[in-house]
Amino acid sequence: MKSLAELQAIKEKMKSKIVLREGSGEIRVVVGMATCGIAAGARPVLNAFVEEVNNAGLYDKVTVTQTGCVGLCQLEPIVEVYEAGKEKVTYVKMTSDKVKEVVEKHLKNGNIVTEYTVASVN
Amino acid sequence: MIRSHVLICGGTGCTSSGSQTLQKAFNENIEKFGLAEEVKLVQTGCFGLCALGPIVIIYPEGTFYSRVQEADVAEIVEEHLLKGRVVERLVYSDTGADEIVEKAAKDVSLSDTAFYKSQKRIVLRNCGVINPDDIEEYIAMDGYAALGKVLTEMTPEDVIKVVTDSGLRGRGGGGFPTGRKWALCAPNKADQKYVVCNADEGDPGAFMDRSILEGDPHCIIEAMTICGYAVGATKGYVYVRAEYPIAVTRLQKAIDDAKAYGLLGKNIFESGFDFDLEIKLGAGAFVCGEETALMTSIEGNRGEPRPRPPYPAVKGLFGKPTVENNVETFANIPQIILKGAEWFSSMGTEKSKGTKVFALGGKIEHTGLVEIPMGVTLDTIINEIGGGIPNGKKFKAAQTGGPSGGCIPASLINTEVDYDNLVALGCMMGSGGLIVMDEDNCMVDMAKFLLEFTVDESCGKCTPCRVGTKRLLEILDKITEGKGTLEDIDKLEELCNYIKANSLCGLGQTAPNPVLATLKFFREEYIAHVVDKKCPAGVCKSLLSIVIDQDKCIGCGKCAKNCPVDCISKTDYVAPGHKLPSYTIDTSKCIKCGACIAGCKFGAISKK
Repeated sequence: MKSLAELQAIKEKMKSKIVLREGSGEIRVVVGMATCGIAAGARPVLNAFVEEVNNAGLYDKVTVTQTGCVGLCQLEPIVEVYEAGKEKVTYVKMTSDKVKEVVEKHLKNGNIVTEYTVASVN
Repeated sequence: MIRSHVLICGGTGCTSSGSQTLQKAFNENIEKFGLAEEVKLVQTGCFGLCALGPIVIIYPEGTFYSRVQEADVAEIVEEHLLKGRVVERLVYSDTGADEIVEKAAKDVSLSDTAFYKSQKRIVLRNCGVINPDDIEEYIAMDGYAALGKVLTEMTPEDVIKVVTDSGLRGRGGGGFPTGRKWALCAPNKADQKYVVCNADEGDPGAFMDRSILEGDPHCIIEAMTICGYAVGATKGYVYVRAEYPIAVTRLQKAIDDAKAYGLLGKNIFESGFDFDLEIKLGAGAFVCGEETALMTSIEGNRGEPRPRPPYPAVKGLFGKPTVENNVETFANIPQIILKGAEWFSSMGTEKSKGTKVFALGGKIEHTGLVEIPMGVTLDTIINEIGGGIPNGKKFKAAQTGGPSGGCIPASLINTEVDYDNLVALGCMMGSGGLIVMDEDNCMVDMAKFLLEFTVDESCGKCTPCRVGTKRLLEILDKITEGKGTLEDIDKLEELCNYIKANSLCGLGQTAPNPVLATLKFFREEYIAHVVDKKCPAGVCKSLLSIVIDQDKCIGCGKCAKNCPVDCISKTDYVAPGHKLPSYTIDTSKCIKCGACIAGCKFGAISKK
């Protein structure tokens, strides 16, 4: 290593890999990963979130984590988005494609994708 | 893409409680459940809560699992990592903190526990967070940024000024201002100067330096290089005891990696500054923690102190100007450079700035390592962070500073712990060992124990220490055997003061401290040993006898079976209401091992 710029480059590269250990970001994305969720395809959804959040450079702002059964098994995979000072947003019947949209519109730009939320089901 | 990190503590404590087998089990199970692409296993340094090891923390949730056994691993992987359900039975929570009890166990993360909440981690900030063997993880946590700043933006004088203004004082015991130490060395002209890191941690019960080297070795390398630049030294030594194999291995790997990355060696950051670092292994002699003895040992000679002046800043290692600081002191430096002197001096008390790491041991729930701002009361350390005294016993005293320190009695539990308050009590901070004692500890016996240590470890060079400490120990032996007189107590005090005033180095000058401190706060215990021939805590064997209460004894005979010397026998007496004759102890044969007391279910046997 010869310069500070090189040091900075290593730091940037590693930061996204280690930031996970600094506890909760401003936004928490929680994916239901109980038996019902997994059966409905929650794992690809979870992995898609991790990947998309990283691709969008939101890794120090958004924490992607998992939880057990939320109770609405027929609507799995369910994803809940928590943000301090705001109401919880619940997305249902998620897929990897929908994840891309949620990350781009909601997590990055702050616009809730209402057609995927639980409120749109009825 | 990795979505979860599993941190397994690889410090000495958790390693000895089996964390290496856990690592293997996690690897196997992560593979088995097809999670290898999603979960990363990281071996870290010490988390601090050694009593509850092996410790596993899972991020991003920050779930804190304690006392994890190999058999638990499959469950954690399947439930937590695959299905997102926290294994509640393994989650650690302090029962003392109300708000945590109210929260569901799955929400309890490390930072919520009473053990961590009151801590302020600067020195230990990376311990238990990063993989100490991965230099890039250290860089991700702002590692080597301070060195970069120093070499590209600051003059050596600037660096010394920041360290001086921060108010940082030596964490190894004496509390000498670090900035002043550097400033004394900097102007001295020589063809070679040295930076030495004292990692010869010798106080019984203190292990913070080991944990720092094991958990965050790069911060020491970075700090020593910064120090080298500030004082004009191009060569450094880390003197670490060979008894710390994990620390030595990790530090060596860190040095090799730093060299490979160009962060040690020639022309660092193209500044023209060169710095090289080498490990010297010590054989574990306590006296080698004294700076001049340490340097003599690095030079290849028998570790004996030499008179000061000349001070090491003028004539130190190999006769050249040298700065010597302790591990914990160095560990503060990169953060002070990055965040500024003001940030550091905003923590702590008027004359003791920043934080201090304490190794909690003895009669305390949370045996382990804690870092707290200077000036926190002893009460907070013991009862809040430390979780209090086990088995509902009463706190009696805390021993600080190891064999060089004194003790703080229960009546002074509200003392704010900093350098000057401890010195005022006849104690010293030392390296931060804190041994907690309860009502079952005899203070005379404690002083005797520490003195046995100094008698063993005295290097023998000067007479007051070599002969004086031995005579002190003989008087203490006499007192604990019940043969002491009041005159002995006076003699003890006189000899203590003589040794303090006349010894060559810190070892001898501080060796009488445990005796003087206990005499100051627990004189009545000495008098009880000498006049009443009693040991109030029931520790000193010569002064106690074990007796069976004839009316409580039901005659089961268990004590007689347990007795290793067959000194318990049946009597002819049958207590009212009992069917069998009671037992009695032949005190002339009794070795006072206490096996009978431990075995009696009826509370009929006691120490008198």
